[in-house]
Order: sequence, then C-alpha cells, then structure tokens
Amino acid sequence: MTSTSVMGGIVRRKEDPSLIQGKGAYVDDVKRTGELAAVFVRSPFAAATITSIDIEAAKAAPGVHAVYTADDVRHLGPNPAQVAVGTLRPLLADGAVKHVGEAVAMVVAENRYLAQDAADLVFVDYEPGEVVVDLKDAFADKVKVHGDASNILLTWHGHGWWEGVIDLPDPSPGIQEAKERDDTVTVSLEMVNQRLLPTAIEPRAVLADWNSGYGSVELWSSSQIPHAVAGAVGVTFGIPSNKVRVVAPEVGGGFGVKLNVYPDEILVCFASKELGRPVRWTETRREAGFASTQGRGWVGTATITGTADGKILGYELEAICDMGAYSHNFTVAVPLLGLFIAGGQYNFPTSYALHCVVTNTQTTDAYRGAGRPEAAYYLERIVDHFAREIGMDPADVRKANYWKPEDFPVQTAIGLTMDSGDYEKNLDALLDRVGYEDLKAKRDAARAEGRLLGLGLSTYVEVCGFGPSALAGLGFSWGAYGLPTAFNGSGVVRVQPDGTCTVTIGTGPSGQGHETTWAQIVSDGLGIAMDNIEVHHGDSVDLPMGIGTFGSRSIAVDGTATFEATARVRKKAAIIAGHLLEAAPEDIQFADGRAHVAGSPDRAVEWGQIAESAYQPHTLPEGVEGGLESSVVFSPPNATWPFGSHMALVEVDPETGDVDLLEYWATDDCGNVINPMIVDGQLHGGIAQGIAQALYEEAIYDDMGNLLTSSMANYTLPVSTSLPLFSLDRTVTPTDVNPLGVKGVGEAGTIGSAQTIVNAVVDAVAHLGVRHIDMPLRPKRVWQAIQDAKE
Amino acid sequence: MEVSITVNGAKHSSEVEPRLLLVHYLREVLGLTGTHVGCDTGYCGACTVIVDGIPIKSCSMLTVQADGCEVRTVEGVANGPELHPVQEGFWECHGLQCGFCTPGMIMSSVALLERNANPSETEIRQGIEGNLCRCTGYHNIVKSVQYAGAKMRGEDPKGASSEVAS
Repeated sequence: MTSTSVMGGIVRRKEDPSLIQGKGAYVDDVKRTGELAAVFVRSPFAAATITSIDIEAAKAAPGVHAVYTADDVRHLGPNPAQVAVGTLRPLLADGAVKHVGEAVAMVVAENRYLAQDAADLVFVDYEPGEVVVDLKDAFADKVKVHGDASNILLTWHGHGWWEGVIDLPDPSPGIQEAKERDDTVTVSLEMVNQRLLPTAIEPRAVLADWNSGYGSVELWSSSQIPHAVAGAVGVTFGIPSNKVRVVAPEVGGGFGVKLNVYPDEILVCFASKELGRPVRWTETRREAGFASTQGRGWVGTATITGTADGKILGYELEAICDMGAYSHNFTVAVPLLGLFIAGGQYNFPTSYALHCVVTNTQTTDAYRGAGRPEAAYYLERIVDHFAREIGMDPADVRKANYWKPEDFPVQTAIGLTMDSGDYEKNLDALLDRVGYEDLKAKRDAARAEGRLLGLGLSTYVEVCGFGPSALAGLGFSWGAYGLPTAFNGSGVVRVQPDGTCTVTIGTGPSGQGHETTWAQIVSDGLGIAMDNIEVHHGDSVDLPMGIGTFGSRSIAVDGTATFEATARVRKKAAIIAGHLLEAAPEDIQFADGRAHVAGSPDRAVEWGQIAESAYQPHTLPEGVEGGLESSVVFSPPNATWPFGSHMALVEVDPETGDVDLLEYWATDDCGNVINPMIVDGQLHGGIAQGIAQALYEEAIYDDMGNLLTSSMANYTLPVSTSLPLFSLDRTVTPTDVNPLGVKGVGEAGTIGSAQTIVNAVVDAVAHLGVRHIDMPLRPKRVWQAIQDAKE
Repeated sequence: MEVSITVNGAKHSSEVEPRLLLVHYLREVLGLTGTHVGCDTGYCGACTVIVDGIPIKSCSMLTVQADGCEVRTVEGVANGPELHPVQEGFWECHGLQCGFCTPGMIMSSVALLERNANPSETEIRQGIEGNLCRCTGYHNIVKSVQYAGAKMRGEDPKGASSEVAS
C-alpha cells in the first residue's frame, strides 16, 4: 500500500456538498420536455371480481391523453419476478383484485392534478368476495386467495431446502430424543414478527421516455437494482437489454423497498411508447402502502431443549410467513435468507420449517435484513427465555453454546459454511465496556425501589455479501429478467489522460456513501487524491453489468472488484512509470499523485505524465497496449458472516406501560472497515429501524384487508425524540472470502436490535410474571401484559 | 390567482391555480427542486422551508397563502460559495445518508438555531421532531446541529460534537 493511505480513515463524503445544497437530483427532480403524468385507480376491496370498468368520462376529462386497463396491457404478461413461485401480479388487475390498493386503471394526463381529477371519474364495478388476512386462517386454507390453489406456496425445511445439492439428515428425531431425556428442559414461545412498511423517505418515482426512432427506452427509477429493471423492461417488451437504459440517480433511501421490479416501471414505458411523450409517475405516501412491497409478517413458535447447565441440545422454529397476494422479485426467498442463519452463532441441532403463505394483502419482499431479523428475533428471544427458565445469566448461556474460533470455517446446521467468527471475544468486549455486573446491580437496586428497569442482550450472526455464483441455481441471479448473471460484483477503474480517475461500479446505492468508500479504495491503491477520483453508479448502460445494492453486498463484492481493477491499473502504470524513469516496474511506488522509484522520492513522474504516455501508445514500451483502465468481475467463493452483540437498558412505567429506552450499546464485527464514519452511520440507522420494530412500527390490516396504517399519521415511525444516542464499538475479524477482508454492514444493526429491546422490556417485567410481549411494545400492550400477569 | 412571493431574496410574481401547493410552486414553477416531497400529510418534513422566519411544511400550504411572504429554501441558506454552518455541520458529522430528508432537516435546524443559539441535546431533538429521517437514527443529525450551533457561537465546533473525530 501507499503512504497516502486513506483506507480505514474518516473521510468526509464526496456526495454531501451536492446533497446539503439541494443539488441532488432524485427522479422527481429530473425533467424531460413534454412530460405527462400518470395516476392509478386502485381497488377499495381486498378480494373482488371486477364486473365492469367505465373509463369514458375519464377519457373525456380535461388534459387526459389516455386511460389504460388490463385490456390494453394483457399482451405484455404479468409483472416479472426473479423467484417466480406463486402468482405473479398482472400489470393492471385483470378481472379480479386480490388486495386493497391493487392498480385497476392508469390515467395519463398533462399533469398530476388533471390526472387525479380524471382518475376520480373512472367507475369500476366490483363483486366483493371472501377475504383472508389472518395468517393462521390462510395457512388452514379457510379462504383461498387464488382460485382452488392452496395458500401454502411452499415450505422451507432446514435440512431439505436445496434438495439434491445440499442433502442433510433430518435433525428432528435427535431433538425429540433430547426432549424425552430426564435431565432436559424444553421451553417454547409463540411470537409474532409483525408486518412493517419499509418507508424510504423518498417515495418511489419513475419517468420513462421511449424513443421510437431507436426503438429504445430510457427509464429513470428510484431503484436499488437498475440493471435488473432494465432486463425486466426488455423481457416484457421483447427488446434486448442494451436498448433499455435505466438510471437510478440519487435514491432517497431503499431498505429493500426499491429492490424490486414494479408494474409502474413497466407501465410508464408502455404509456410513453403509446403516446410518444415522456410519462412520469410519483408514488404518494398513502399509495406506498399499496404500491410498494412490505416486510416481515411472521407468526411462529420457537422451541429450545437443553440441560440445566445451559447446554442447548436442539432448536426448532416453525413459522407461517406472510407473502401477501402476489409474488414479486424475491418474495418467497425472503424466509430462505432467514433459514440461512437458522442456528445463528450456536453449535446445536436446528430444525426449521417456514411456510410461505399468501393472503389478501399487499406483497411482502425484502426489508432491511430480509428474513434475517426475523430469524435472529426468534432465536435470540427463545435463548433468552431459556436462560431465564433455567436461572442462568443470558450471556453465560450464549457462551456455553457458541461456535469457537477454532471451529472455523464452520459447517452450519443447514449445510452452509461460515467464514470467520469470534463470538465470545465480541460478547466479552461488549460486557466489559458496558460494565455488565455493575449494570445488573443498578437494575436490581432500582427494582428494589419499585422501578422497572430491564437489561436486554442479543447477539447475532448474519449472512450477507451475496454472493457465490453457485447460488444462481437457487434464483440468486437476474435470469428471469433475461440477464443470466450470478450475483457478481463489477468495477471499472480508468485513469483519464489528465491523470484524474473515473470509477464506474455496478451498485445502486441509496445513501451508503459508495462514492466516498470506493474512492478511498482507489486512492489508496493508486496514490491519487480523493478529489481527483469520481465514482459513478446506478446506470444500466454506462456502467459495468451490476447486480445492485442490497443484502449488505456492495463492499464485499463490488468493492472487491474495484480493488482488483485498481491493482491491475497500478501494475500497468508501474510498467509505464518504470519506462519513463528508467527503473524496474517492481521498484515503482505510488503516493501523493505521483509514481517514484523506491528509495529515490525525487525520481518521480506525475500521474498525468503516466496517463499521457498511456494514451499515446507510440511512447509506450514494446508490448504494452494503449489506455489505462481495467474492468473486473468478482465472484466471491462464499457469502460473508458478520456478527455482533447488542445491549439495551430500558425503564418501564408500571402505571402506563410506557417504555423509556435509556441506553443502547452495540459491539459489531463486520470485518475490516474502510470508512468508520460511514460504517457507524449504517449501524445507527439499522439499529434505529430494529428499535422501531420493537417499540413503534406495525402495518395493521383489518379483517377486510384494509391497511389501517397507510399514512405517516398512523404508521408510527421513530422521531428524533424517540431515540437515544447510540454507543458503538467494534471487534475486527476479517474474512478470507475477499482480499479486502470486509463483510458488509448495511443490515447488521437491524438484525441485532429488535430482540435486544424486547429482551430488555421482558427483563424489566419478568419478576411480575411476564414471559413475552409481542412487538410493537406500545404502552397499552406492556401495561396489559403486566395486568394479565397479575391475574 | 396572481401571487408575489420573495424566495431566497428574489421577488417572483406568478399566476397560479388556487389549489397549487407551495412545494409544487417552488419545485415546478421556480425549479427549486431541493425542497422534497416525502408524504402527503405534513408528517415527514422533507418539504420544510422557512416562511417569514418560521419553519413550515410547504406540502401543507397553498401557494396563495404565501402571497407577500419571504420564503427561504435550502438553495438560499449558503452565503454564496460559503456553506451555512448547519450545512457544514451535516457534512462534517455525517448527518445525512440518502440526503432526501436533508434539505428539510437543514431548514428546521437553521430555524432552531436562529431562535435558540445554544440548544441542549433535548432541545435539538425537540426542534427537529417534525422532520423524519430513516437513515441516521438521528444520532449524527444531533451531532451536526451541535456542531453548527458551536460554530455560530464562535466556539470550536469539533469540541461540541465529540464523535466527529472518533
């Protein structure tokens, strides 16, 4: 490495000067001449047959250019999905609706005000049908959502999830045997991991401009996966992916809700093609509850069998997972991601059965963590409960069951390989820092005074950095979008003729600071100043083939590609510099914008001189080609497995049930860290979202399938006064899966936090007899749990 | 209807529909797209601008209600090429990630520091309570406002926000 190393250092973000001055261009800020605006007519029923649609009045309304229904778009087929298990969504409801808010018609007019006026003039006749919202009712097929088909799409089993590739014995008989032993205790809890609305602050927005001359289309979309959207648009319209340019400019938060291909993305392209004008649609916040995917939504029973000395002999989880009505990009694969970390950081037999079930509600798909927060929640709640029942300290029970550092690489209970971990060291680092024994004493002293203080612990391991090429066979690819590529990373590093550097990457960030972190990687490798490096992302045509940003994958996969491309550029530049300086390439070092001969800092050339030579090939040594750039595709041999330990101190008001979060500590381990400021920022936001699930957020449907929480007025997001400052620290256990030793950190905070809070609140009221309270822990629920325990 | 509104020091006279929201006037008539729309109900605060010295949510105000008013948006807080201390604080303290809530958050913070030059952490949290951020957990936003406050008071801003250099 070089003497100008910025790796591992706090570097202010390159993105920020634009964003703090209001110069950031999000989709709604991009303007095209002659734009029209689209508005959707949506179903008020969760299950109904459409008997007629009258669009005549709407078509005659001022400024209206077109009104489209299923009849106009049926030939395009349903909305494509990567993991196409279940019923795919029609682009516009075709004869029936399956959830409230399903789009029935699209109105295109001169502007959004006129389009909305006309949408109110579309008259739809519905014949309402039977609705199923409750997960247990849906699992029992009491009412079927799609004709005669069972609501159960599939069941993921821990030992049989990838039949024929990973074959494992069924652990259930062994766990059953442990249960029947005289010296074991079996504890069980049924718990709800409630439905959430991801709620990026920027609603989704799309703008399409079809060029009939080229037969091509440009689509601006607030997306985490521009390449996948480009593929899906191409497949739908029967044009190759190189005729579709999808641009994700600034993206105002993603969290999984923009990790999808949506009908509106297809439909604005269709309308633009038909009308010969650019067409825009911008989601309203209320619409986001109907038009964008939701997260979580599991009800399950976790069971642990173990001995009184804390040794766990078996863990079982059976859960019903809500898919909503239609399958989108990864819908049924979300529980699978939970299954990937079924046994967590523990060495004990694990049995999993996750039933993917449809209901008359909006589709679920990835939301920050996607299956892993759910899995960690059930595991860490039941481990905590087990510790309480056998009267052991929850930290000690965890330590008694951890995989040890010498066990790595670990073959997990479901046949995957964990790269590296040192869980006890990480937990001890947290316990030492918080002063665990003193905290417990403080809690107990407060309790003696009648105050309800609770201390909650959770540790976790997660899996991210997708991913290994072999997983393409499981649907971890964009094959359904006509782009049969594994989840590779890609990066192109080009030194320009003036010695500055352009980096193009295949990611689709939404606030993760890729322009800064990637520039640090390149600056460190080439000795070019941060200010002279520009990083571009989020464009399906101008950038290398990319998979996008999700699953905490970008740095481990695309970051590595850029790191490797940087190394190749450096190697070539050393040959050129050596030629210019009459020195051997292996003696060339790069620092401070220059290349110099090792030991002779004055024998140096500027990057501009190296680049000038590179772009004038007659000046190059024999056999060296012109140009100075490298393009690398990186396919990791494995996913990465970050881990961590979180703790919360809460106080419960015995009179009201109100929970006051007093302190929050986290010690996470995401391997090597390139920019600690950005990594901590990811953890802050992730932890906030986990706390929010524990205390505030819930997407509530009534029995008729109405979403009662579709506005921010009734979907309780945490505000600034809801949260404390977070106290963070880290251990560093690098991975050997990539040369940077990095694991990923986007979801870790969320995966570790919800159960930390619930464990703390239960701890505060356990002596009153409470053993579990379902999230969100709003005052009424906590108060009711205390009252129920008294009886 | 004819309106006359001063935005970031420049006077604009426009003919607008009575139902045109102020945020749409700023974004679509004046092209000031720094002010964002994150919800329809006045909860998220991404559209916050300062009208006659008071932070308001411009998605919940009609353009005609702003007739004769002075409006400040995120585009107008810097002093030429020199960032406003609040902007500087957000940059220094990583007070933003996706940046979508940031213009509104900056305007609420500017207004807060104009009425309370030395707010406590609790007062900062109360001052930006009407602005939602989904990325930061508010941690670094609080630090950013502390930084800006110290700078505006002529103190060492890096001392005010202990985690800046951690």
